[in-house]
Amino acid sequence: MSTPTASPTLGRHRQPVPEPSPTLRQKLFRAEGRLAPYAYVAPFFLLFLAFGLFPLVYTMWISFHRFELGSDPEWTGLDNYVWLFSNPKFYNALLKTVTIGVLSTVPQLLLALGLAHLLNYRMRARTAFRVSMIMPYATSVAASTLVFAQIFGRDGGLANWLLSLVGLDGLDWRNGDLSAQIAIAVIVTWRWTGYNALIYLAGMQSISTDLYEATALDGANRWQQFLHVTLPGLRPTILFTVVVSTIGATQLFGEPLLFGGVDGGALNQYQTLGLFMYQQGWGFGSLGRAATVAWVTFLLIVVLVLINTALARWRDRDPEGARR
Amino acid sequence: MPSARPSRTTIVALATTLAGALLVTSCSTASSGGGQASAADGKTNLTVSLFGTFGYEEAGLFDEYEQLHPDVTIQYESTQGENTYWPALQTKLASGNGTADVQGIEVGRIADVVAGQAAKWTDLKETPAGSQVANYPDWKSAAATTKDGKVLGLGTDIGPMALCYRTDLLGQAGLPTDPAQLAARMGSWDDYVALGREYKAKAPAGSAWMDSAGGFYNAIISTESTIYYDADGKLVWNSNPAVQKAFDTAAAAADEDLTAKLEQFEDPAWDKGFGGGAFATIACPAWMVGYIKGKAGEAGSGKWGITSLPGGAGGNWGGAYLGIPKASKNTEAAAELVKWLTDPEQQAKVFEVGGNFPSNTGAFDLVAGTKDAYFQDAPIGKLFSDAAQAAPTQTLGPEDAVVKSSLVQALLSVETNGVSPADAWQAATKDLDNQIG
Repeated sequence: MSTPTASPTLGRHRQPVPEPSPTLRQKLFRAEGRLAPYAYVAPFFLLFLAFGLFPLVYTMWISFHRFELGSDPEWTGLDNYVWLFSNPKFYNALLKTVTIGVLSTVPQLLLALGLAHLLNYRMRARTAFRVSMIMPYATSVAASTLVFAQIFGRDGGLANWLLSLVGLDGLDWRNGDLSAQIAIAVIVTWRWTGYNALIYLAGMQSISTDLYEATALDGANRWQQFLHVTLPGLRPTILFTVVVSTIGATQLFGEPLLFGGVDGGALNQYQTLGLFMYQQGWGFGSLGRAATVAWVTFLLIVVLVLINTALARWRDRDPEGARR
Repeated sequence: MPSARPSRTTIVALATTLAGALLVTSCSTASSGGGQASAADGKTNLTVSLFGTFGYEEAGLFDEYEQLHPDVTIQYESTQGENTYWPALQTKLASGNGTADVQGIEVGRIADVVAGQAAKWTDLKETPAGSQVANYPDWKSAAATTKDGKVLGLGTDIGPMALCYRTDLLGQAGLPTDPAQLAARMGSWDDYVALGREYKAKAPAGSAWMDSAGGFYNAIISTESTIYYDADGKLVWNSNPAVQKAFDTAAAAADEDLTAKLEQFEDPAWDKGFGGGAFATIACPAWMVGYIKGKAGEAGSGKWGITSLPGGAGGNWGGAYLGIPKASKNTEAAAELVKWLTDPEQQAKVFEVGGNFPSNTGAFDLVAGTKDAYFQDAPIGKLFSDAAQAAPTQTLGPEDAVVKSSLVQALLSVETNGVSPADAWQAATKDLDNQIG
């Protein structure tokens, strides 16, 4: 640099008159300063454009067409959407997605919270317990679902054997309505509880121990500590897991597919939106209709996430929050 | 830190080139690809892409062909599930890229191919494989022939129907266990159901007469010529008395608790039932013989018997074709291979190894003497040949699979969810109106 006085950055801000005529090198240098950040983030956005945004827009374009697998798309405007919203199967799939979602998400998050709380105590072989939490998550959906399909088998399945121990009749799990949904919810819960527990555990460890000591001095027992220190401290973490689980539940696909096929049962009793979309696209070859289901599911997820965030904001503004 | 500045510039440069490179590679992979026309050493490299088990690899036919034709190498791959194989093939056909030289086509898809994809498949009549067309039962080649006479697929196997049954279970219920005596008791489907009532009265606990209402329905419908479409290609499933009657017969059997309520190919308990004895009889196309052996295992050997359908009716359920996509760059060589694979000798070998029954009539004689020790030395070669020759020419249509799956699903709801047969039929009608109406 030619100016021996102040550093160029300082000079730019403090001196009202710019330097007489910057050399080419200086120009390049400044341009780099402005453009470098964009170059850094470019790879992500280029990939997102190619594999995120483009498919999204293209799916929307397809959803306005009658597009059978193996033939050319033919513009039909909103026909697919009219078909979808007047189709009882769609509402059935929507309902089943919600019920299986609730059946799996609620127990899963409650269990995860309890497990994380226990794992947060000092105990022997703590790391081993923590590692074992993540094992179900590391198991493939296909493997775990096939095992659970055996467990919930009608003839000689483990679940029916357990029922027989307490003197109950065996169930035809996969053909019943609620029983099939419960079976699928169990698979989902089994896979995701540990994952959520570890996220909660990480959140708990960022809560200052001072708070626990202070409440202990005030005479709070462990349950009260959990209620008044752990839970409020975990609020952002809980919001995160609720959002992620909600998205996961809306997209539920692999478990019901492997559990009982693309129809989701004789009465479609466990046909989720994901299965419904797959059945349209790859079972019946109607890519246009499948794209429509995909888009409606996407919009549904966006709405659900917005509701979640709005609820969280509303809770934060709650006077109860200010009281603590 | 001034010293960091030059390196920052380098990183920016790196990042931009990397991003650029990503773009370039993503474009180039999209545009290239495709099939390699020939291997580097001057040999012709043929790619064969199939689904499930066609039996060629298992019978060592690809190796044999390579020995017969030293200038040809064969690259073979198979996708287990046809329902994932077909959509993937469709996207490749649409892009004109990545298809193999020889592709398998399931019989349920052949109507689709003939009706809408004639432009994407080679007319085999114009190739060395054309001479094979005359060697099939009419209905087998007719299904792969377009209105203007192009032949888009050559038959590999067919699914002539028989009835498989557990001799031990039938014996325990006091029913005939000998194939001929059992066949003599069944002049019609109604007789078969009546035998089921007899079986139910004396059967071992936890054992039903047949596996599923859906399977029963498929067996009855496999003996009909007009099913879901009429000769003009109009959907008639809803007005075809044959469909209604088959549905009602199967639904009544379900209502009477003659079925084990096990969904075919989906319910793990169905697989178990072959060995465990959850059902005593099952309508079995030729390709299911291998399936039964696999599921019932060694322990089931000698327990199973096999006889013809009630009344000696002929039927067909399933089967496949081989086709050559237009995108293939080795059409001639691929056609030679297809011709050879569909020759009687090769089809007979596949039957010996895997149970896939030949579709080439010339092979019927070759397998006529085949007996199966697993099925108490039953003459399965003759049994299936007779069933194949008695099978009617079926009119196929593009939505066959959709209608069939809907009706089978409705029958499952009768079995397992207590839906009345009439309501189930109504529900299927509504679904199908929504889907294809």
